[in-house]
Amino acid sequence: MPGTMADLEVRLLLEAIFDRYHYDFRSYAPASLKRRLAQACEQLGVATLSGLQERVLHESETFSTLLQYLTVQVSDMFRDPEFFAALRKQVLPLLATYPSIKVWCAGCSTGEEAYSLAILLHEEGLLDRSIIYATDINAQSLREAESGVFDLARLRDFTQNHRRSGATTSLSDYYHASGSAASGRYAIMDAKLRRKITFSDHSLATDNVFSEVHLVTCRNVLIYFDQSLQDRALRLFADALVGRGFLGLGSKESIRFSGAAQFFTDFAMPERIYRKKGPP
Amino acid sequence: MRAPVDLVVIGGSAGAIDVLRTVFRSLEAGFSPAMAVVVHVPADGRALLPEIFATPRGLRMKLAEDKEPIESGTVYFAPPDYHLLVEKTRTFALSLDERVHYSRPAIDVLFESAADAYGDRLLGVILSGANDDGARGLAAVAAAGGATLVQSLDSSDMKPMPAAALQAAPGSLVVNASALADALRAHGEMHGR
Repeated sequence: MPGTMADLEVRLLLEAIFDRYHYDFRSYAPASLKRRLAQACEQLGVATLSGLQERVLHESETFSTLLQYLTVQVSDMFRDPEFFAALRKQVLPLLATYPSIKVWCAGCSTGEEAYSLAILLHEEGLLDRSIIYATDINAQSLREAESGVFDLARLRDFTQNHRRSGATTSLSDYYHASGSAASGRYAIMDAKLRRKITFSDHSLATDNVFSEVHLVTCRNVLIYFDQSLQDRALRLFADALVGRGFLGLGSKESIRFSGAAQFFTDFAMPERIYRKKGPP
Repeated sequence: MRAPVDLVVIGGSAGAIDVLRTVFRSLEAGFSPAMAVVVHVPADGRALLPEIFATPRGLRMKLAEDKEPIESGTVYFAPPDYHLLVEKTRTFALSLDERVHYSRPAIDVLFESAADAYGDRLLGVILSGANDDGARGLAAVAAAGGATLVQSLDSSDMKPMPAAALQAAPGSLVVNASALADALRAHGEMHGR
């Protein structure tokens, strides 16, 4: 298919965003990006992507709104419990041999996965000597994640997931409920989890490795990247990981279509846990 | 004579499984275009679809994977709880974006992205179903020059989906369930065989 007018407008808009705001969406998977942009146009009341571009360039608050459309991912705690069960049974016993454990939760959005990892490490008696780096490009999501505040009803929904991951404790041990029926009930995650998680701004598209880590989790983020950006991210993970470190992806993601597949071996399939090749 | 198609996208919900089973049994191996299928199933449903439809000498069937190249002669199913999209590079993409018509996967998401990627080399098919997911998608297929086909209301267990599709893409060919395989074969056989 030759490029259409809409493709041209998408390309120009993404260039404009990169130039003006240094957020790089140019290598995002085009089909879903286009859907999100169309939704943003509808919500912002602009008829065309060129119209959106004008507003984004001249009004930084419109860009902030658009950024939410382009980046916010809703996740659950212990989403895909079998993934966490595999981490618990197969990965953590190996990580336990290190004096300290560093985990990178890449594309953490509002923090559900980072807190899940902290709880898992706590249950396995490893949290005291662990640190979790949780990164995202969306500053607003990071602030929410850092606050550790979640809708109480949502958190209760995660209980079943947590149990199915082979939990040895109750999820309610890790938060306290607050608020009122009138103002909304919410849950605040325990400080012992929060102080083990460092939330920070990091882009898989433009930034580099910031630390050596033993485990990377990046789940349901790579599906939004095109092949070139996916390759870049996987190479970053390979660079960040210690030899024979672990990489966990989303349950429908794989490295098999990527050039970076050469750096990893399968470790736990179908849970999509890979292990970096090479000496420890 | 319209352009041959390289990809057939099929959407349905309630009442579509039996129709599809008959169609796939009748097509068997040798049907040249790739097919991508969205059938609404519960989000926590096990990924049974390829197994439901597999026949002994049948077409190759599998769940679509992210970034997977689309190959002819293969039937791909959207994995439960993910949207399935088609890229212009003729590969699949998955997303966890919000539900469309309370559905993930949604037919509209597959059809609209496929229309964008395949243009007039695409056939869109809407089967029996209980809501209007797919109508917008089928209109997009038609607008991009693709062929559109809707299961006849008389032969549909549930009529809202095909009815909405027909309203959105009124030029669609209307086909009884029993004649669907032949209609698909006609589009397939036009293509380089």
